[in-house]
Amino acid sequence: MSRDGSETNGTIKPPHWLSCELTYDCPLQCPYCYNPIDFALHGGKLSVEEWMRVLNEARALGVVQVGFTGGEPLLFAGLETLVAEARRLGCYTNLITSGIGLDEARARALKEAGLDKIQVAFQAATPERCNYLAGRSVFEEKLEAARLVKRYGFPMTVNFVVNRHNIGETAAMLDLAVELKADYVEFANLLPYSWAWVNVSQLMPTLAQLRRSEAVVDRYKARYHGVMKIFYVVPDYFEGRPKACLKGWGEIFMNIAPDGTAEPCQLARQLPGITFPNVRDQSLEQVWRESDGFNRFRGFAWMKEPCRSCPDRFRDYGGCRCQAYMMTGDPSNPDPACHFAPDHHKVVELSLPLISGRVQEKPLVFRNPRNSRLLANG
Amino acid sequence: MEIAALFRLQWEESERSYVLLYPEGMVKLNASAGEILKRCDGRETANGIIKALRAAFGNSDEVERDAREFLEIAYEQGWVRNKRDD
Repeated sequence: MSRDGSETNGTIKPPHWLSCELTYDCPLQCPYCYNPIDFALHGGKLSVEEWMRVLNEARALGVVQVGFTGGEPLLFAGLETLVAEARRLGCYTNLITSGIGLDEARARALKEAGLDKIQVAFQAATPERCNYLAGRSVFEEKLEAARLVKRYGFPMTVNFVVNRHNIGETAAMLDLAVELKADYVEFANLLPYSWAWVNVSQLMPTLAQLRRSEAVVDRYKARYHGVMKIFYVVPDYFEGRPKACLKGWGEIFMNIAPDGTAEPCQLARQLPGITFPNVRDQSLEQVWRESDGFNRFRGFAWMKEPCRSCPDRFRDYGGCRCQAYMMTGDPSNPDPACHFAPDHHKVVELSLPLISGRVQEKPLVFRNPRNSRLLANG
Repeated sequence: MEIAALFRLQWEESERSYVLLYPEGMVKLNASAGEILKRCDGRETANGIIKALRAAFGNSDEVERDAREFLEIAYEQGWVRNKRDD
């Protein structure tokens, strides 16, 4: 039982979002991937039948949005079966893909299965940079995949993870999204954990880059109002205020890893001292309502000062537990992105070179099984 | 009028209401919004839908005003579209 389980159990809201990480296998090697560093050591993938059970239990709990992701979810045999089941259950189904492996037959099968939306990730707008960050020559294949997505009538998000290497191409990235007839463009904040943490000093955009990029985005937002929606999430490093990570721990979101581990966010498993439940051992309802993992940072009772008495706690939920852990060693500390946090100087130290623009270039560590084993074994 | 391609209207038992599902979100609709949107099935124009609503809900000018107002908001939000917009 959780330390504050008795307090929160009565008011636990149903989850709305289920993220299904079908596999960690991926043809790409993006150096900012948020999959665990030691992904190559994980085994015991859930079967199609087990995923079917997860989907049914999730829907009964109140889930309306299902995201199929990975790794590369197209590598999971049975993806179409799961999409069809999620759709049959009444969920809005999202596929989050690199685009690699999406051919005509696959697009048609996914359409027939009832898939609602596809997100295609691009690493950059120019082939050389895209291929460099992906660790493989993929740009043309991605273009072809995005065109198929629209040809088959899917709503499409084009996603970019904003980093120091691609941020200078903001206008070109937006032009690419326009050309591909994207309905949404998402500029995702680089999450400084997992692989992105290994490469953080090489990936975090500088403040000057961010400000220039924001100005470009504002221009496009005005120009394409009503045609293409642009989401631009900036890092909280320079803002002094933390983000409400997933609108609060165990509030709306549940992630299931390929081996069945259930987490309140895709990165939670790295946190020490918490055992996250596995959907093989218990029902999703038990996972959501009763597990220590989901109750640990739910609500407000776990907070330390200054969060505990801060009026903003209802808005930001104390920020991100993973960021607190990465930077202070204790996930129950206030998120150091907040300027009221005792450890805020750690974020300042990290962001200083980014503010001054004096950053030292080092080679990127790419996300692949070989590096995963190397890093995991220290 | 019809529901735009990015959105899906469905009855959500757990919410006891109609909801609009869209990429990464859900709008919970109140009873009258649900009544209006479920008639946006591509067969009727906005005027046709309003006529049907008047017929179903006491033929009052208030029903017409509310429906017109809501359809304008729904159109502005991109929830519904005119089929001839193509």
